[in-house]
Amino acid sequence: MSHHIVEVKNLQHTYPDGTIAIKDVSFRITHGESVAIIGANGAGKSTLVQHLNGCLEASSGQIRIGDTLLSKGTLPDIRRTVGMVFQQPDDQLFMPTVFEDVAFGPLNLGLTSDEVVLRVHDALDRVGAGHLSAKPPYHLSGGEKKRVAIASVLAMSPDILVMDEPTSGLDPFARRQLMALLREFHHTKIFTSHDLDMVLDLCQRTIVLHEGLIMADGPTGEIFLNDALLAACRLEKPFSMQGCPVCAGGNR
Amino acid sequence: MISINAAVIDLKRLELLADLDSPVHRLDARAKVLVTLVFIISVASFGRYELARLLPFFIFPIVMVALANLPPLYLIRKILLICPVILMIGMFNPVFDRAALFQIGQAEISGGWISLASLCIRSTLTIGAAFILVGTTGFTAVCQALERLGVPQVFSVQLLFLHRYIFVLADETARVSRARELRSCGRKGLGTVSFGSLAGHLLLRTWQRAERIHTAMQARGFIGRFHAHRYGCFGRSELCFVAGWTLLCLSLRMFDISTVLGSTLTGGLP
Repeated sequence: MSHHIVEVKNLQHTYPDGTIAIKDVSFRITHGESVAIIGANGAGKSTLVQHLNGCLEASSGQIRIGDTLLSKGTLPDIRRTVGMVFQQPDDQLFMPTVFEDVAFGPLNLGLTSDEVVLRVHDALDRVGAGHLSAKPPYHLSGGEKKRVAIASVLAMSPDILVMDEPTSGLDPFARRQLMALLREFHHTKIFTSHDLDMVLDLCQRTIVLHEGLIMADGPTGEIFLNDALLAACRLEKPFSMQGCPVCAGGNR
Repeated sequence: MISINAAVIDLKRLELLADLDSPVHRLDARAKVLVTLVFIISVASFGRYELARLLPFFIFPIVMVALANLPPLYLIRKILLICPVILMIGMFNPVFDRAALFQIGQAEISGGWISLASLCIRSTLTIGAAFILVGTTGFTAVCQALERLGVPQVFSVQLLFLHRYIFVLADETARVSRARELRSCGRKGLGTVSFGSLAGHLLLRTWQRAERIHTAMQARGFIGRFHAHRYGCFGRSELCFVAGWTLLCLSLRMFDISTVLGSTLTGGLP
């Protein structure tokens, strides 16, 4: 069986204060799929993806990555397989320089020094951040930080890439650059996002979450044509699928 | 708000100095840690009324700053920032220790004043040595060197986290203070009433952020151990560096070089 398969069965998560964030979620994502998890604020998107590499522990239910059942014993393997890019790059960059930060993951994998150097340069080049390697992370712009955060995960050669709100806080050009970069990643990709145009552009499949439950799971194009579903889940069509406000006479 | 940001930038500057290239920077971190340790122990082990014998120890910071191209004024400023703490520690010495130790003309100098001056010099030397160590090595490398010298890992990792979370706490403090200042319209806001709530929020926010950082570290395979990209090796230059400074520190500690030099120079005079 491939390492690139993600299988979630009857997942539930309750926070210590009693908030039920995920009620009963099941899905299966297969090799090479690009899947978006969308939903309104508080729908449970971030909570759900944080389960995929064991950052959060499920209250009940099962998660399988390939053949491996996620448990405390399998966490190191799972974390090597599932690369997670967090919403706030500032939380992810903590070493004194960009180079050391990107090297942090490969060093934890126990790679040799030469391999680490190769991986770091390769990952930084892939995100177009090779020139930033000697800089301290706190001197970078928002877009640069995001790219370096992605490089820090790519350097670990994950089989599955999970990203929480990848385009949030980016300017239009940086967003386009990031989307082009993500298109080149041919393994399994899972995104959460409010950027529905990016979802339409990058993801063939979309899972709609609402109040901790899956309301729909299917081809992105079909989901965005279902007005009733979108309205019930406090969502809207992507801008590219909405009529032009000028041509429509400003009636939107 | 500005002062918090400035303090953080100032602290980061010390860390950035470790990226300079100089013969001292290129040495293995363990050699620098060992020499700093020997220096600090030598300086700290003098008696409380010792003054003259401490002065020759200034050769260490002067030579190191010169060799490592560190900005001396910046380091002096950092040491001066800690001076109030040192003065607070020794401020009661002149009050309680009034026994005259020697006389200059009509003025009697009490033991308390001498011990205060000695404390100031010792603190300047030891704190300066610590700043020079971080400025030439970097805090992460210092912690890794400590670990390789046999310090239990739990201590070195704690030190690293402490260092990391100083920046997290300072960032959060700067943000919270900015938000408060902007809505205080140049006044005191709600004064101490708002301060209690602000401090509580600050603690919780810092805690949450620290947890997010820790989660991100775990997601990249962190299991309580920091790995260095390349470990330096303890070669001949490191050996000479450690032997040279250790010999000098021990000589200055055991022999009164300033008196010997003074009597040698003035010995021929009538």
